[in-house]
Amino acid sequence: MNTFVPFIPFLPLIGFIINGLFGKQLSKNAVGLIGSGTLLGSLILTVACFNQIGASGPIQVNLYQFLAVDGLNVAFGFLVDQLSVWMMLIITGVGFLIHVYSVGYMHDDAGFYKFFAYLNLFVFSMLLLVMGDNFMMLFFGWEGVGLCSYLLIGFWYENRSYGEAARKAFIMNRIGDLGLLLGMFLIFRTFGSLNYADVFAKLQVIRVEPGAMTAICMLLFVGAMGKSAQIPLYTWLPDAMAGPTPVSALIHAATMVTAGVYLVARCNGLYALSPDASEFIAVIGLTTSIVAALIGLRQNDIKKVLAYSTVSQLGLMFLALGMGAYTTAIFHVTTHAFFKALLFLAAGSVIHGMGGEQDIRNMGGLRKAMPITFWVFLIGTFAISGFPFLSGFFSKDEIFAYTYAHGGIIWWALGALSATLTAVYMSRLLYIAFFGSFRGTHEQEHHLHESPLVMTVPLMVLAVLSVVGGLINMPHFIGIGEGQWLAHWFGGSGLNNTPVIPLNELHLDESLEWGLMAITTVLALVVLLVSYFIYQRAKNLPVADEAQVGLTKLFAHKFYVDEIYNFLFVRSTERLSKLLHYYVDVWAIDGLVNGVGKGVQSIGAQFRKLQNGNIEYYLIGMVAGAILLVLTMYL
Amino acid sequence: MSLLLLLIPLIAAGFVLVARPRSGRQIALLITLANLAVTAYAVFAFQGGGGDALAFHTPWVPNAGISFSLSLDGISLLLVVLTNVLAPIIVLSSFGRGYDHENRYYGLVLLMIGALNGVFMAQDGLLFYVFYELALIPIYFICAIWGGQDRIRVTLKFFIYTFIGSLFMLMSLIYIYLQTGDPMAGPDVVRHSFLWKDLLAVQLSPEAAWWVMLGFFVAFAVKMPVFPFHTWQPDTYTTAPTGGTMLLSGIMLKMGVYGMIRWMIPLAPEALHTWSLYFITLSVIGIVYASIIAVKQSDFKRLIAYSSIAHVGLIAAGVLSWNKSGVQGSMIQMFNHGINVVGLFFVADLIERRLGTRSLSEMGGIAKNAPRLATLFMIIMLGSVAVPLTNGFPGEFLLLNGVWNYNAWMGAVAGLTIIFGAVYMMRAYGLAMFGETNDATAQFADLDTRELTVLGILAVLVIVLGFFPQTILSITDQSVNAILGSVQI
Repeated sequence: MNTFVPFIPFLPLIGFIINGLFGKQLSKNAVGLIGSGTLLGSLILTVACFNQIGASGPIQVNLYQFLAVDGLNVAFGFLVDQLSVWMMLIITGVGFLIHVYSVGYMHDDAGFYKFFAYLNLFVFSMLLLVMGDNFMMLFFGWEGVGLCSYLLIGFWYENRSYGEAARKAFIMNRIGDLGLLLGMFLIFRTFGSLNYADVFAKLQVIRVEPGAMTAICMLLFVGAMGKSAQIPLYTWLPDAMAGPTPVSALIHAATMVTAGVYLVARCNGLYALSPDASEFIAVIGLTTSIVAALIGLRQNDIKKVLAYSTVSQLGLMFLALGMGAYTTAIFHVTTHAFFKALLFLAAGSVIHGMGGEQDIRNMGGLRKAMPITFWVFLIGTFAISGFPFLSGFFSKDEIFAYTYAHGGIIWWALGALSATLTAVYMSRLLYIAFFGSFRGTHEQEHHLHESPLVMTVPLMVLAVLSVVGGLINMPHFIGIGEGQWLAHWFGGSGLNNTPVIPLNELHLDESLEWGLMAITTVLALVVLLVSYFIYQRAKNLPVADEAQVGLTKLFAHKFYVDEIYNFLFVRSTERLSKLLHYYVDVWAIDGLVNGVGKGVQSIGAQFRKLQNGNIEYYLIGMVAGAILLVLTMYL
Repeated sequence: MSLLLLLIPLIAAGFVLVARPRSGRQIALLITLANLAVTAYAVFAFQGGGGDALAFHTPWVPNAGISFSLSLDGISLLLVVLTNVLAPIIVLSSFGRGYDHENRYYGLVLLMIGALNGVFMAQDGLLFYVFYELALIPIYFICAIWGGQDRIRVTLKFFIYTFIGSLFMLMSLIYIYLQTGDPMAGPDVVRHSFLWKDLLAVQLSPEAAWWVMLGFFVAFAVKMPVFPFHTWQPDTYTTAPTGGTMLLSGIMLKMGVYGMIRWMIPLAPEALHTWSLYFITLSVIGIVYASIIAVKQSDFKRLIAYSSIAHVGLIAAGVLSWNKSGVQGSMIQMFNHGINVVGLFFVADLIERRLGTRSLSEMGGIAKNAPRLATLFMIIMLGSVAVPLTNGFPGEFLLLNGVWNYNAWMGAVAGLTIIFGAVYMMRAYGLAMFGETNDATAQFADLDTRELTVLGILAVLVIVLGFFPQTILSITDQSVNAILGSVQI
């Protein structure tokens, strides 16, 4: 098996190279086949890895020495343990479905081959990120996915605003990356290595100063904030919706944005030793979750609602991480990958059917024209809202149980508020788009159609996963088997024969657990029901942009955060740039240099006047000099 | 062998200067390729452990203790490789411009290449100085004859500025030279020596070392350039013909970095502790300062010029932090910066040739008609932005780690370069390549074969060196250890 491990990331890389170089000459079917086929290969190999790890523990493969400078030995090496293989399953599995879907979705696009090339490059980078056996490999993937995100957000590059959105995403990510980079420097200085094996082994034997540990954790988390769109670095994600919809599903919902969660979960040994950093993460996560949900309440672009929903859900994952529930966070990553990929792809199906329309105010009644899309969207909505026994129900419930156990009732209540808001904006979206009567143009109505099978089959598969996904980590008291399968999987023996994520038992009274679950569930159900009656009526439809007032306007304008950032950072940097250029560089520094040059010249010119060929001047000079000499000698 | 690297281009330069105008380019290309072959041989010999056999040593002015001494350790070798890898690319990239009297242009380029090889191989202080100044002469004429608007004023300023800078270096060299030898030896013995190892053996008083280091620093800081000695650079890079800009930015500025590593710090280590904080502070200010200015530049060449100041600032800071990570980082980054900056200037040149403008605001939508250019430019841009698995990353990582180890806050501020670098390079790329086409760019022709060759080679280097940085690091590893070890601070 070990020899095949490198092929898991390299197969998509090969796909990228073939489609990138020769895609223009190949037929669309061939391009799609190469793009999806390489991913299917990776998926099969990943499943094989999964089986082997279950039987005989983690797999390590070193390809070559990447860097060796003074103790900084970094190999191009892979570590496939319980955590990485789980992420790989999500990436290749959901990734494969999205690739297949894209064959249909992008079919009429002139950049079809380029799209698949970039998508494969993304999967390669994402696999490096989770498969690396050291922090530098993680960083390769980390920036690689950022680059692919840039390329794919700006895929339709002729539209300048898309290019701007792409650049914004890359730069905000880079701000986070600087934190990650500095965190790596500090890890190297503290532990003398960047390899997971060395760092986590040292952790057991040396005592790291709490301040240094917190600094490391905070710096790594800055990276996570950028990649996983947490306050204050979240504003790029909604703009990233400029990219084609499969990209939003794959990169900006299911995989890349969860890299920050992976990073913290991977370093759970470090975070467990830094309560301060953990609490900070929980605060950021919870705040992000609520703020994004509030903004999501009043968005009218179908993809923007989903984007803010993603930010909000990521916030919940960080809440879990901050509460020390690392497995739970990954559990929610998994279920979220299913239902959010489903929702995005279903939204893509809607956009496809509506000929590019994204404003829900112009939709309505779509359930008749697009029955499959409607049903899967409904399943996705219910799953994310926490409808009983769907996947989101279990993963969210677990987050809130840990939040209650570690943070207390206030934390739990705020978390429950966020979950309820989720049900509000999602049901609003569902009912406005799919119920009532059609509000688009006649042309759109005429054009309206259900998407082809190549798109709807992946939707159906994801819908099934969204329903049953929760089975992987059911709470023990529900009573099917032992429960907590995923927690036990991660608790298995990984690197250095220690658990990848130690089991973290919940010490809550069983009846209390039932009670907490009941409250959030009832809230969600009530919301789902009440919103139906609200948004069925035409008079409750969202108003036009100009008519927005009060809180609606504040939410719709995303609390004006973009405007504030623009003023504080973008405009001021640009002004400073011009200021430094004209006043400091050209006027002051270069002026000084030229001044010195001119000064020397004019002194020279003055001296030249002395040499004017007039003998009397020379004589006067000579006499004056002699007198001066005599004077200085005698005085 | 080292002598060949010097003689081939210098002698050929003489021929080309008097050859028929049109044949200059082919000869120049052939000669640079021949030099590349010799360099390749030198690399093999070096890696086979035969580095000493590459040296050449003969007395030059025996009475004054001056010798014609060349040798190649890993550090020198790497820069010689850089020079001779870039030389044919620079020559080839100039073919698109039909210069008047182009045999003279190519002759001067060859002269320049010879002098640069000399700078990097010289083991004698005076010889180093001679090559250092010799390199200035051809580039002066290249810029002053084939440059753009206002070339005479700009080039003269560049010449005077760097020339005065190197006079300070000469003073420092002579001062140490006068301290060499045995003061007890009789009057009829040659007492002094300019040889590097003899200069190295001199113990300076802290006060003398303070001045000596300052003298060197002024020379090298102007050459690289380090803030605030940089104001000649944007004008010169913008005005010079692109081949000249490539020579200046790709290779010549590395003379300054090399000078610090080989001459300034080893010869006056006593002052490093006192000076390093100030020098690093200047370098780090330069990184942020030049990056911010680059953000709003609309002239593409000037933007690359400012970005180069920022990159070089980081290299200088890494060298001055004087640890393994910083110095090895500077090594690999000198090489890779050379590749990337030459690529960027080539792109700027070919766009200017097609559109007649360097103004980014007059570009846009080029990617539509020129997908090859869009792809290769993207790869080189990513190298420059230091995306991992491109050549820019390992150097930036090691340099920042080096500076961070010197002083964490300094490292964090220097790290801003990874953010700003993305800001200005992606802005430039976006303005030029993305968006709708305009009247000028609607007819934009994609790369021709020659351009594809140049950019293709550079792009392949960007990726290959991005995946295998250790190939470069292993060349300099031993020599960097040696030079770090030879300096007792």
